[in-house]
Amino acid sequence: MAYSDKVIDHYEHPRNVGALDKDDGSVGTGLVGAPACGDVMKLQIKVSPEGIIEDAKFKTFGCGSAIASSSLVTEWVKGKTLDEAASIKNTDIAQELALPPVKIHCSVLAEDAIKAAIADYKKKSG
Amino acid sequence: MTAALSTKACPTLTRPAGAPVYLDYQATTPCDPRVVETMLPWFTEKFGNPHSRNHRYGWEAEEAVEKAREQIAELIGADAKEIIFTSGATESNNLALKGVAHFYREKKNHIITVVTEHKCVLDTCRHLEQEGFKVTYLPVQANGLIDMSELEAAITDQTAIVSVMTVNNEIGVIQPVAEIGALCRKRGVFFHTDCAQAVGKVPLDVNAMNIDLMSISAHKLYGPKGIGALYVRRRPRVRLVPMINGGGQERGMRSGTLATPLCVGFGEACAIAKAEMASESERLMGLRNRLLGGLRQRLPEIYVNGDLDSRVPGNLNISFAFVEGEGLMMGVKDLAVSSGSACTSASLEPSYVLRALGLDAEMAHTSLRFGLGRFTTGEDIDFAIDHIVQAVEHLRSMSPLWDMHLEGIDIKSIEWAEH
Repeated sequence: MAYSDKVIDHYEHPRNVGALDKDDGSVGTGLVGAPACGDVMKLQIKVSPEGIIEDAKFKTFGCGSAIASSSLVTEWVKGKTLDEAASIKNTDIAQELALPPVKIHCSVLAEDAIKAAIADYKKKSG
Repeated sequence: MTAALSTKACPTLTRPAGAPVYLDYQATTPCDPRVVETMLPWFTEKFGNPHSRNHRYGWEAEEAVEKAREQIAELIGADAKEIIFTSGATESNNLALKGVAHFYREKKNHIITVVTEHKCVLDTCRHLEQEGFKVTYLPVQANGLIDMSELEAAITDQTAIVSVMTVNNEIGVIQPVAEIGALCRKRGVFFHTDCAQAVGKVPLDVNAMNIDLMSISAHKLYGPKGIGALYVRRRPRVRLVPMINGGGQERGMRSGTLATPLCVGFGEACAIAKAEMASESERLMGLRNRLLGGLRQRLPEIYVNGDLDSRVPGNLNISFAFVEGEGLMMGVKDLAVSSGSACTSASLEPSYVLRALGLDAEMAHTSLRFGLGRFTTGEDIDFAIDHIVQAVEHLRSMSPLWDMHLEGIDIKSIEWAEH
């Protein structure tokens, strides 16, 4: 399968790979997907006291499209409020990366990862 | 005629600049330049129809085709009259199964095959099930080999044919065909084996192994694409209903004008294989050990899928735990390999062959198949090792599952939301 240039770029130069301290109260962690399905994404966000996402990191087990989708969303959520980040749609991700139909689930997973990270942060900060 | 084999050493093939190293010899092989050379005259000046009986053009083409038939027969210990040319192993498998099933349907309606067979055997069996035949799909053990006692128990008075591939295309394991043949002969059941991955790779003898039907593909043994053969035993005779009707060529089992250049190339490929199989196997075994040894030395948590001893020398199938196969293939873009992961096909299911070994879906998703062959060099292998190690380490450094593994968390203990 031929990948788009943007997918290849994110795959070869992934942005924001790494981990934040999951026990830090200002960090929200989302872990979505399943090894049996061939995709697992871990997305972490660090939220400022003003409610702005000031840092984001990811680690992903998956195909090139899954890695690119998670790399892309770490770029997109930085600097956004939680509500703005939560409004990112999988279709935006799929369109930006020109994902073919069989890879749409990768973008869905990336959207789920954002929502899971936000939910985790909100749960922690009460 | 072509020069004697002994005067022509095995050639090397130069890879175009920038082309990936080819390690996918189970998918197809390049035509051996010696094969191509023997084919060329049969496209142009010697273009006759081998079935024309009235002039020299036809006679010389017929002679060439019959020589090829003998070369193929010799490689498997058969008689030339028992070789039926087809378009490839898919057609041969269809003809063997449908042909036997339809011919003997009044007396017998049961077929036995194995879950790890090639899609063209499984799909043919599904088709025959729709026509009312009963099919038993035998499981395999964790090493990919069938359990003989399960085969024995599956055979009934209604069983017309047993079809078990000699060498598996994904994991390269060699089934105990001589034992299967002996059992089938004893029970009066025809034995068909798909030998697309076996001919020219492992010694085969249709008489010693009691094989009644054998499917062969030319392009898996350095011959041209578009041609194959079905070996059909004459004594005791196996009868088939043909799928293609017409001028009655190939003893009525497969009508249609033979493609002389393809037949000639196929024959030459078999002659080369017969002469060089032993030395080539030894060389490939050395390269395979080098590849596996190099990877094991530098990468923890890698697992060979399928039996390592009962296996063709040119195949390795490895799971790289915590790294997804398609992502890995993208990382080793300077290698041409195959993945057992889902994502290479339109379906999201990982390889059914690996699943049949009892492999968890997550491990099946992390596999790569390496196919080594005649033109693979030691440098290719060393390059591959470096490239794979680099890609696996890079991908593990960004794999959340690898982190969990390092922290001692069993990923099976987590409740994943399957999607």
